[in-house]
Amino acid sequence: MDPMLLLVQGLNGMQLGVMLFLMAAGLTLVFGVMNLLNLAHGSMYMMGAYLAASLQQHTGSFLLALLLALPATFLIGMIIEAVAMRRLYDRDHLDQVLVTFALILFFNELVRIIWGPQAHFMALPDGLTGYVTLFPGVIYPAYRLIIIGAGLLVALLLYLLIMKTRLGMLIRAGASHREMVGALGVNIKLLYTVLFGIGSALAGLAGMMAGPILSIESGMGDSVLILALVVIVIGGLGSIRGALLASIMVGVADTFGRILLPPALASMVIYFLMAAILYRRPQGLFSANG
Amino acid sequence: MADSGYFDLRSAVLLLLLAALAVIPLFGDIFYTRLFTRIMIYAMAALSLDLILGFGGMVSLGHAAFLGVGAYTVGILSLWGVQSAFLSWPLAMLFSMLIALVIGAISLRVSGVSFIMITLAFAQMLYYCFISLKGYGGSDGMTLAGRSSLAGLLDISRHGTFYYLVLCILLLILFAANRLVHSRFGMAIQGIRDNERRMLSLGFPTFRYKLVCFVFAAGIAGLAGALMANQSLYVGPALMHWKQSAEILVMVILGGMRSLAGPILGALGLLLAEEILSNYTEHWMIILGPFLIIVVLCGRKGIYGMLKGANDHD
Amino acid sequence: MIKRLVGLIVTGILLVSSTVFAADKVKIGYLSTMSGPGASLGMDILDGFKLGIKHCGEKLGGLPVELIVGDDQLKPEVGVQVSTRMMEKDKVDFVTGIVFSNVMMAVAKPITDSGIFLISANAGPSPLAGAGCLPNLFTVSWQNDQTHEAMGKYLQDKGIKRLYLMAPNYQAGKDGLEGVKRYFKGEIVAEVYTEINQPDYAAELTQLRAANPEAVFVFYPGGMGINFIKQYAQAGLKEKFPLYTTAFTTNQAVLPAMGDAALGIINASFWSPDLDNAVNKKFVADFQAAYNHLPSLFAAQGYDTALLIDSAVRQVNGDLNAKDKLRAAFRKADFKSVRGSFRFNHNHFPIQDFYIRQVVKDSNGVLTNKITGVAFEGHADAYHGQCAMQW
Repeated sequence: MDPMLLLVQGLNGMQLGVMLFLMAAGLTLVFGVMNLLNLAHGSMYMMGAYLAASLQQHTGSFLLALLLALPATFLIGMIIEAVAMRRLYDRDHLDQVLVTFALILFFNELVRIIWGPQAHFMALPDGLTGYVTLFPGVIYPAYRLIIIGAGLLVALLLYLLIMKTRLGMLIRAGASHREMVGALGVNIKLLYTVLFGIGSALAGLAGMMAGPILSIESGMGDSVLILALVVIVIGGLGSIRGALLASIMVGVADTFGRILLPPALASMVIYFLMAAILYRRPQGLFSANG
Repeated sequence: MADSGYFDLRSAVLLLLLAALAVIPLFGDIFYTRLFTRIMIYAMAALSLDLILGFGGMVSLGHAAFLGVGAYTVGILSLWGVQSAFLSWPLAMLFSMLIALVIGAISLRVSGVSFIMITLAFAQMLYYCFISLKGYGGSDGMTLAGRSSLAGLLDISRHGTFYYLVLCILLLILFAANRLVHSRFGMAIQGIRDNERRMLSLGFPTFRYKLVCFVFAAGIAGLAGALMANQSLYVGPALMHWKQSAEILVMVILGGMRSLAGPILGALGLLLAEEILSNYTEHWMIILGPFLIIVVLCGRKGIYGMLKGANDHD
Repeated sequence: MIKRLVGLIVTGILLVSSTVFAADKVKIGYLSTMSGPGASLGMDILDGFKLGIKHCGEKLGGLPVELIVGDDQLKPEVGVQVSTRMMEKDKVDFVTGIVFSNVMMAVAKPITDSGIFLISANAGPSPLAGAGCLPNLFTVSWQNDQTHEAMGKYLQDKGIKRLYLMAPNYQAGKDGLEGVKRYFKGEIVAEVYTEINQPDYAAELTQLRAANPEAVFVFYPGGMGINFIKQYAQAGLKEKFPLYTTAFTTNQAVLPAMGDAALGIINASFWSPDLDNAVNKKFVADFQAAYNHLPSLFAAQGYDTALLIDSAVRQVNGDLNAKDKLRAAFRKADFKSVRGSFRFNHNHFPIQDFYIRQVVKDSNGVLTNKITGVAFEGHADAYHGQCAMQW
C-alpha cells in the first residue's frame, strides 16, 4: 500500500480510537471506582448528541451548543445516579445490568417522544468544514483532526484530574477503600454522584462531537456501547491509561480490518482481538490505577 | 428456620402457573395459544441460561448463539428436504453442544467480566458469520416450508398440538433440571459458583464440571431454538445477536436466578408486559423501562424472590 | 343532525342493496416497524396511507375503515406474531404496510396462505417477484432492484466508464448492487460492502479517493445514508467524484438531517414530489398542509396503497369474501396513482416509469428532489419471468 494512504488510514484509525476513548473513559472510570457496570452509558452519548443538536438549532453556534449541552449531560447523569444508581452499589452486577438495560429502553423511547422518530441534523462548526493539507497530496478533514485533538486533550485533563488534584485523590482512594474514605469524613455519596456525572458528561461529549458526522437517532448509543465495553475490557477495567491504549488499538484494528478483509471477517476483527487478549491476560492490559 | 414444609407460596404459584398453562389452548383462541407457545419456548431458553448463570455462576452474554445454531440447523435441514423432527431436533441439540464445547473450552479459562465479554465476542462472531451465509438467507434469514414432521405420531402443524408438545418438553426439561441441580453434579456446580478455590482444593476438576454444565445448557438452548424455528417458521441471524442474549438474561434476572421457576416467571413477565403494553401505545418501551427498574429495586432476587418472603434460605 | 340522518339512510340503502355477504366496514391491519430505528419509515407510510383514506372520503370503497396498527419492531418473528393476531383475533380483511424485506419474507406466506390479501406498501424482495410469487400478495411500491437498475442504466447511457460501488453488507445491499450491474456494463473499480449500521466511513472513503474512480454509486438507506452522505461531503469527495444513488438514500425523510451535504446528488426514483399530474399535486399539497413537511416516496407509496384498496373494494361492491373477484379487482388496479398511471405485471409487481432526480433547494430553502430526466418507461422487474402466475 502507498505510504501516504497508509498514513491517512492510520489517522482514521486514531480518530476512531479517540472517539471510542471519549466513550470508554467515562465507562471505565465509573466501573473502576464505583464497581458499577453502566449499560446506560450509550444513552448519555445519545442525549449529548440530541441536546447539542437542538441547542445548535436554537443558538446557531456549535461552540455555544457544546458549552451548554456539556453541563446538561453532567446534570442528567447526576440525577440518574441519585434516583436509580445509588441503590445499586451493593447489588450484584447482574442487577446493575438489568437496571441500566431498562434505562436504555427508557431513553431510546424518550428521545423519540421528545424529538420524534426522524433522524436529526447537526451542522459542522463553521470554519471546520474544510480540510487541511498535511503533506503534499495528503488531505484530511479538519473536523476529524479537531476530534483527535479534543480526545487527547480530554485524556490529558483526566490524567491531571486523577493524579494531581484532591478530587482525583479522593476518587482513587474511594476505589480502593470506600468505607475508609467515608469514615475519614469525606462525603462519599456526593463523590459518587459527581463521578457518575463526570462519566456521563464524557459520554455526552463523545456524542456531541460525533453529532456532525453521524446520524442522530434513537438507539445510536447501542452500537457504540458495545465497542466501548470491548475497549474497557481490553484496556483493563478501571484504567484510563488502558482505555486510551485499547481504544487506539481497537480503532486502528477495525479500520485496517475493514479495508483489508472481506466484510464478514472485518466485523469480527475487534471481537477476535478482544478474545485473544483476554485469553492471555484476563484482567486486560492495565490494572485499575487511573 | 427453614421454610414451612411442602406447601408454600412459591410452590403454589408454580402449580397454579402450570395448571393455567395446561388449559390455555382449551379456550380455542389461536392467538393466545401461539403467544404462550412462544413464551414457553423463551422460558426454556431462559431456564437453560439459568443453569449456567444462577446455578453455575457463569454469566454468559452469548447464550443466544446456541438458540440460533439450533434454529438454523432445523432451517437448513428443512431447506435440504429433511423434515423429520427425530433427525433435525437432536441434530440441533448436537450442533449447539459442539459449538458450546469449543466456545466453553476457550472462554472458561477466564472468569468474571472477561468471561462475560469473551462469550459476547464469540456470539457476535457467529452472528456475523451467519449474516454472510449466502445460500441461507443472509441477514434476511429464511422461511421454513413447514413444521417438522413427527413421522405421523403427532401433527404439530396444528397449533394446539404443537402447544402441548412444547408444554411437555418444558415440563421434561424442568424435571431434568431439577434432578440435575439436586444431584451430586448440581451440588458441585453450586459449590464451584460459591467458591471455586475451595472446590479445587477438595479435588474437584472444576474446569471440567463447568464445561459439562455449559455444554448441557447449550443443548437445551439448541432444542429451544429448534422449537422456535418451528413456531415462527422463520430463522434469521438476529436470533444470535447480543441484544437477544441480553433479553434472555433480563428474563432470568427478572424472574429470579437460582431457582428453576424464576426463568419461567421472568419469560412470562417480560413477554406479557411487552404484549399488553404494546396494545396500548407504541411508546410502550418508556413504560417497560421504569417498570423493570422498580421490580429490581424493590425486590431482591427477582419476581420469584419476592414470593419467597422472610424465610430465605438459598 | 340532518347529515347524520342522511348518512344513516344511505348506509341502510347500501346495506340493503349490497349482496348478502357484504361487509359493513373494512378492517385493515397495518403492520410496520413503528419503534426503534426503522420507525420513521413505518410512520411515513402510515401518514400517506391515512391521507389516502381521507381523500377517499374517510372510507375505502365506500365502506368505513377500521385501522389496526401493529409494530413488528423490525423482528421477523414478531411480525409473524402480530400478523397472526391481526388475522385471528382482530379478523382483518387486509394486511398492509411491511417496510422491511426480512419481515416480508417471514410473513408473506403465512398471511397469504390463510386467504388474506397482503398489500405491500414497501418491501419487494426478489423471491416474491420470481419463483415465490403469491396470488394473494400485491406489491404497490416496486421490486427492490428496480430503482437501482434505473440508475445503472442512466450511468451506462451517460457513458461512465469506471464506477465505484458501495452498500451495506446485507441482502438488500447485495441485491441493490446486482441491480446496478444488470444495466451498467462499464468497469466496476471496486464493490465495497460495509457493516450494517456502521457509523464511520473514514477508512472506506480514503480507499475510494485512492482508487480514483470516475463516479460513485452507493445504496445506504436510513441512518446509514445520513452518516455516509455527510462524511462524503466533508471529506471533499463530492466535487471530485460525482455521487449517484437512489431515493432510498436521498429521500424527503432524511434530507433535513443531511443538510447541504446532499445538495446536487443525482438519484433515481419511481416518484418525485414535483411529478406533474393532478393526483400528485393534490397529494403533495395536502400532505404538506396536514403534516408540515413534504412527503417522501414512502408516504407516496402509502397513499397509493390506500387508493388501490379503495378501488378494489369498490369494484366488488364491498363483498370482501369474494376472494377471486377481489383478486381480479386488485389486478385491474383501476385507480389514479400519484405516478400518473399504474398497472401490475403478472407477478403482482408494478410496471412503472423511473425518473432521474437531483437534490435541490426549493423556493422556501427546503431540500427536496427535482426530476431532471427519465431512466425507464414501463419498466418491469427482472424476476417476473420466473413467476408462474398468468392472467
